Amino acid sequence: MTIATPLKDASQERQKAMIAEHFHKLAVAHETGRKAVYTFVPGNLTELLLTFDLLPVLPEINALQSGMRQKSGDYVQKAEKMGHSEDVCAYVKCDIGMLHSGNIGPTGERLPSPDLLLLSYTGCFTFLKWFELLKEEYKAPVAMLHVPYQSEGRITPTMRDYVVKQLKEVIIPALERISGKKYDEEKLRHHLALSAKAEDDLVHVLETAKRRPSPIDAYFGAVYYVGPIFSSFRGTTDAVEYYQLLRAEIDERVARGEGPVTPDGAMGPERYRLVVEGPPNWTSFRELWKMFYLEGAVVVASTYTKVGGVYDDGFRHDPSRPLESLADYCLGCYTNRNLRARSDMLIKYVKDYDADGFLVHSIKSCDSFSAGQLLILNQVEKATGRPGGFFESDLVDPRYFSAANIKNRVESYLQMIEQRRAAGAVR
Amino acid sequence: MKCHVGIDLGSTTTKAVVLDCEQRVLGRGITNSRSNYDVACAIARAEAFANVRLTLCARSLADFNLSEAERVSFLAHLEQSYKLSQHRARLDTLGAQLAEEAPSVEKLFVGSELSGAVREIMDLFMKSAESLFAPGAPKRSDFFRDTATSQYHQFAQRIASPPRRSFEALMAVFDKSILKVENNEYEVPFDRGAGPAIDRALATSGIAAHRESPRLRETLAGLFTLTIDAVASVGTGYGRARLPFPKEQIRSEILCHGLGAHQLFPATATVLDIGGQDTKAIQVDDRGIVTSFQMNDRCAAGCGRYLGYIADEMNLGLHELSPIAEQAKRPVKISSTCTVFAGAEIRDRLTLGQKREDVLAGLHRAVILRALSLLARSGGVKNEFTFTGGVAKNATAVRILKDLIVKNYGNITMNVSADSIYTGALGAALFAARSAPKLEKAAV
Repeated sequence: MTIATPLKDASQERQKAMIAEHFHKLAVAHETGRKAVYTFVPGNLTELLLTFDLLPVLPEINALQSGMRQKSGDYVQKAEKMGHSEDVCAYVKCDIGMLHSGNIGPTGERLPSPDLLLLSYTGCFTFLKWFELLKEEYKAPVAMLHVPYQSEGRITPTMRDYVVKQLKEVIIPALERISGKKYDEEKLRHHLALSAKAEDDLVHVLETAKRRPSPIDAYFGAVYYVGPIFSSFRGTTDAVEYYQLLRAEIDERVARGEGPVTPDGAMGPERYRLVVEGPPNWTSFRELWKMFYLEGAVVVASTYTKVGGVYDDGFRHDPSRPLESLADYCLGCYTNRNLRARSDMLIKYVKDYDADGFLVHSIKSCDSFSAGQLLILNQVEKATGRPGGFFESDLVDPRYFSAANIKNRVESYLQMIEQRRAAGAVR
Repeated sequence: MKCHVGIDLGSTTTKAVVLDCEQRVLGRGITNSRSNYDVACAIARAEAFANVRLTLCARSLADFNLSEAERVSFLAHLEQSYKLSQHRARLDTLGAQLAEEAPSVEKLFVGSELSGAVREIMDLFMKSAESLFAPGAPKRSDFFRDTATSQYHQFAQRIASPPRRSFEALMAVFDKSILKVENNEYEVPFDRGAGPAIDRALATSGIAAHRESPRLRETLAGLFTLTIDAVASVGTGYGRARLPFPKEQIRSEILCHGLGAHQLFPATATVLDIGGQDTKAIQVDDRGIVTSFQMNDRCAAGCGRYLGYIADEMNLGLHELSPIAEQAKRPVKISSTCTVFAGAEIRDRLTLGQKREDVLAGLHRAVILRALSLLARSGGVKNEFTFTGGVAKNATAVRILKDLIVKNYGNITMNVSADSIYTGALGAALFAARSAPKLEKAAV
């Protein structure tokens, strides 16, 4: 997930090497007879793809990487020149623009065109249109997994059965066709067991933020931590080893009583503990992070680090019920939860992580998740009594990041917390 | 004399408020914000200090044997006279700058002869200066730049005779000069500023003041030469990070507007501030402490600057908008508050035969509707509700807001102060006062 990482721990070096290796495999995929499957982060079926020796490509990750490498502005404009409206999801336009600029991935190597578009339709309603566009661009087949939305805030047996049925009748046959291999459930169980191990360690790392000071930033810092498990590495020994390394490093920070590492080195004293809803801005990622860490603000929990899977509520991929657990995973992704469930999650985070407040970063070009965020804000504020804040920019469209305005919001918000704290002490 | 100062560096104007040791407002100053923030800050503070001196003069008049009417009359004369002195000093600077720039512009406009012309214009300026500050003079902008620009425009048109003195060449000299004049931190010496002003006020304001003349002159001269010492300053507003203050003396305008509104109206629960490029909805507790806030994001449509732009498009002064809009009989429904589109919107409506006042009323309503959605986002309007910022000076905006608040939130007390534009600076000054050790009662 990360290339331009400021953190140079052993785990980071390991992640960098894993990514380089994966993208190289992709670059030579067609020469070496391997097949590439494009799919999305929420509800990704990486273990199943690994079972068929297929290589996953995640367009959202490519788009955010392009954002971090300052390439997305040109890509977005290229897509707009082709007729895509300004209001369309910036990830989509970035991806289309990248495709028409030679399809060079984050490591500088060319990405293979897809042999299959595996559309796991999980909460984001743009995914459907995105792959419709890619289908036209690449003339590639689409296999669609329809994941029912958790409108009642829970997974019912009917939902699970419905997803398992599709896995059996649509997805697995499609993967068999593309790979030319028979489905091997034992192999899937093996990968699922590896997933569960890595998931244990990830949850351990994220939950260290309950401590004071928090040894990690669970938003800006944690986007690096969730990289391997959200993308192509879940279910691999690489991922298991990465999370072991990471866990050991963070445990050392805990033992030494240290706060998070930032691009400018160790953060100063922890002054504010925050919960954040919404993805970060990728084009000004460091600039935005800096607005927080220079003020001593650390994010102790975030929902964005759950979009590729919610593990801190106990869910694990389970080799004893392989297809059922894949179904539960898809159904349980943060993006597939309803507004009340999202509020409840934030309320729990604010309480469990003893946060001073919570912030919503709303995305201009994302209708699916921006709708309802103000309602969530009000619900969380009411339930926790902690102040909520709201600011807006975009994922990878640099035109929507107004640094001066955002800094103004963030500073005002932190000063408000400070003032309330001081007043509370006086009263 | 020791005091506390709050500076609000906004996108359009920079405001300063000075408090005495009992946290009473001693003076207020305002100037237009400019690219050089230090200068804007220094000038707003200088304006506020000048205002402090007038306040001290007013307080000291209690010691003299004058009737209430005489006091009021004398103070009005003193204030106008003092402003006239300041205006003349600035005109001197402008004249010098015009003379300096004229030769370089002559080179750009071949065959032009401008030095004599700018001298003639300066004569016209000087002749008209007194009438600008006469009692009952028409309302005009508080800023030298605005007054000078509009007058220069008139004078240049009057004396223009191409090709030697083309209007364009004359305006080019002005454009080059005004920026430098504006960025000049003037301090008018007593013998050119307050001294003659006191004498003029004594001479023109009537017998009573004249009767007290020698002692009064001495007292006032003392106040105008008194050293004012800001023991604590706090800055806020859009440009606060650029203020020449250490970080701990910088406060978010959200906190300052909350506290300032609480100070003006202690029962305030909800604050709406519409400034040049920000609209803020703020909820405060019974101590003026902010409990939540919302601001416009990534788009400043419908903020104060929108009204400024409309005024420009219609060739009107900002202060003229409301009086015209108030004459509307059938306000036009306007949904877009995009500042850039405003010009086209207005022309389109006027072409359709709609009346200027009806269009203006519709534009005001659009601004307030946008603010209302921000208020809803911040948790609604609670009693009492205080409206602050530059737009609160606009009577039409106030009337429409009041109407919509009652419709949406029921019978809510809405407060608007005549000094609403200074709310942020007032809050900053209060923070300064709280952060500083208590001032000893300064002997004035």
